Amino acid sequence: MDLSSFILQQIINAIFLGSIYALIALGYTMVYGIIELINFAHGELFTAGAFIGVIVLTALQQLGWVETHFVLTMIIVFSMAMAYVAVLGVAVEHVAYKPLRTSSRLSALLSALGMSIFLSNGMMLSQGVSDRPYPQVFGVEGIEFMGARISNGQIFIMLLAVALMVSLQLFVHRTRLGKAMRATAQNKVMARILGIDIDQTIRITFMIGPALGAAAGVMVGLHYGAVRFDMGFLFMIKAFAAAILGGIGSIPGAMLGGLIIGGIEVMWAAFLPSAWKDVTTFTVLILVLYLKPSGLLGKGSAEVRV
Amino acid sequence: MIQQELKKLVVYAFFLAVLLIPMLGFKSTTFEPGRAFKTLGVFLAILVLNIIVKAVRSRKKEEDLRPKKPWVESIRERIERYPKIYTLGGLLAVAAIFPLFADNYMIDVGITCLIYVCLGLGLNIVVGLCGLLDLGYIAFYAVGAYTYSLLNLTFGLSFWTALPIGIVLGMVAGCIIGYPTLKMRGDYLAIVTLGFGEIVRLVLNNWDSLTAGPNGLFGMKRPALYYPSFGEDGLAWATYYLKSLPSLYYFILIIAILTIIGVRRLDNSRIGRAWIAIREDEVAAELSGVPTTWIKLLAYALGAAFASVAGAFFAAKLSYTNPNFFLFMESCIVLCIVVLGGVGSIPGIVVAAFVLIAAPEVFRGLENYRMLAFGGIMTTMMILKPEGLIPATRSRRELHEDLATKPKD
Repeated sequence: MDLSSFILQQIINAIFLGSIYALIALGYTMVYGIIELINFAHGELFTAGAFIGVIVLTALQQLGWVETHFVLTMIIVFSMAMAYVAVLGVAVEHVAYKPLRTSSRLSALLSALGMSIFLSNGMMLSQGVSDRPYPQVFGVEGIEFMGARISNGQIFIMLLAVALMVSLQLFVHRTRLGKAMRATAQNKVMARILGIDIDQTIRITFMIGPALGAAAGVMVGLHYGAVRFDMGFLFMIKAFAAAILGGIGSIPGAMLGGLIIGGIEVMWAAFLPSAWKDVTTFTVLILVLYLKPSGLLGKGSAEVRV
Repeated sequence: MIQQELKKLVVYAFFLAVLLIPMLGFKSTTFEPGRAFKTLGVFLAILVLNIIVKAVRSRKKEEDLRPKKPWVESIRERIERYPKIYTLGGLLAVAAIFPLFADNYMIDVGITCLIYVCLGLGLNIVVGLCGLLDLGYIAFYAVGAYTYSLLNLTFGLSFWTALPIGIVLGMVAGCIIGYPTLKMRGDYLAIVTLGFGEIVRLVLNNWDSLTAGPNGLFGMKRPALYYPSFGEDGLAWATYYLKSLPSLYYFILIIAILTIIGVRRLDNSRIGRAWIAIREDEVAAELSGVPTTWIKLLAYALGAAFASVAGAFFAAKLSYTNPNFFLFMESCIVLCIVVLGGVGSIPGIVVAAFVLIAAPEVFRGLENYRMLAFGGIMTTMMILKPEGLIPATRSRRELHEDLATKPKD
């Protein structure tokens, strides 16, 4: 493989990884846009999605559906994982965020962090400490393109990610609920005066954001072939870096940030010692917060403004 | 009211079932719902208990409108009836004679508890007093541990020479993380400190030539005491290495007491009041003439210094250290100690450190559920009792004006 096709291969990998980060980052950005708090449990919701995905997929594989009804299987797996995590997201909101909506930011953060530790260890106790293998449903075949290759699984996952992002964008900008969400994000008091049910809007945000994360979790499981109870942690930090880089609260920003973070990680791993790739991502996160806390496409600011 | 509660209970039960049965029912490929139903039962029992408590309370309220003092308060008052010196003296005496009764295992647990007391008090400066959420606190502990290990192994420096260097490096690390985050809001700060903690751990893990990577460093000397002795060639300084567990216990006990005194003095100082002013309202503090930049950096630096001391002791005690001692979870445990004890409360943190660290050791069967419980405690405390088990006098006065009419200290 010559250098140009190697680089092309890395670009494909970067877009692939970036679209997964973007999906997770969307969950952060949406929740942040509405309640101005980071959902610390988002990484765990993502992992929960991956676990439900592997449970459903294994069951369907035993029924032999993977060979006979491939598309239907995928629809069931993704929708079950997303539905489960949507319920879990609402539960997290109800337990950890809602009672603290008027308390200090520190209390809400600590309560969310507690929820994240609780969920992660709950999954460890229920699903085990070791890697949980994902059934390999995609074969090795793929498309060769200028010396680089992209597998069918990667194509499927990227298409699905793009479809989810586009439908989210349409939902937020074209529907009544989306309008209510945007209004709540801008000004809660005014939105309430205008008759928007704030509680319900927040609940819906906590359904959609985590559901996207769950889809990303299933994708990660399908691609890497395994899930682990603590895999949400690294993805959480990276997706958060993506959300910040793109400008937190901005949906296109989260997509852009995801692609950039994915690109940095893949390129670093390709050309420089890969053991340091996570250090690079964290450093990028800190640098972005220091140098441009409002992000590339964001309007808000990470700085203290009273 | 009961009807409403029952309706709620049914809804909760339904959602709990939806959430628990898939996650707990499927173990690898088989469906065994027994575990899920057991857990569901536990959750439902808690909810039912909650309803009963509520019902009893509301009935009592009809009879007696005066609010009852919580039990922690009554214990606190009973203790406060005696002069403070008796209580402190009693506790100190118990701590001092503890190794005479306990076996080595219990002493080891005691040492761990005291290390966490130091860590909790150090983090209390940053989180409790200054109100900055630090999720990478364990990094400073790592800095202390690795500084001592490397200085001792490469240059043969003794614990006492390495300790000040470790403190200075810890403070520098505190400022490095503090400086870029000075203007950040709470949640951003939390993520940045989390990232910083991971960077430190990954650097320790990956920098093989310096830190021996995941294998860790071993063979450090224990802390030593020096005493004069008359040998063959006259007066000389003899060295006594603190090798036995009881001697290490007394050593960390002294460190912990010094930490308590130090944090207490800081708390009541001008700097401590400045920290609290920043926690309450940064803009108002700045306008009142508090140099917020320096005071915040100082909080990071001092918090890091305490962790660094604890880390140096930890490495010296084990004679071994590796990057996996400094996982994110450790930061969470320390944070949980601060939260449970009461943000800003020194006695609370000491009690919480003993409860949270010793309890899983004593009840071995519950060890696996330790972190689960920590997470649950953190969320529950924030919802039910954000001021902690033993609230700091200041926050007690703020949150319960009825209980603290007369100032005490």
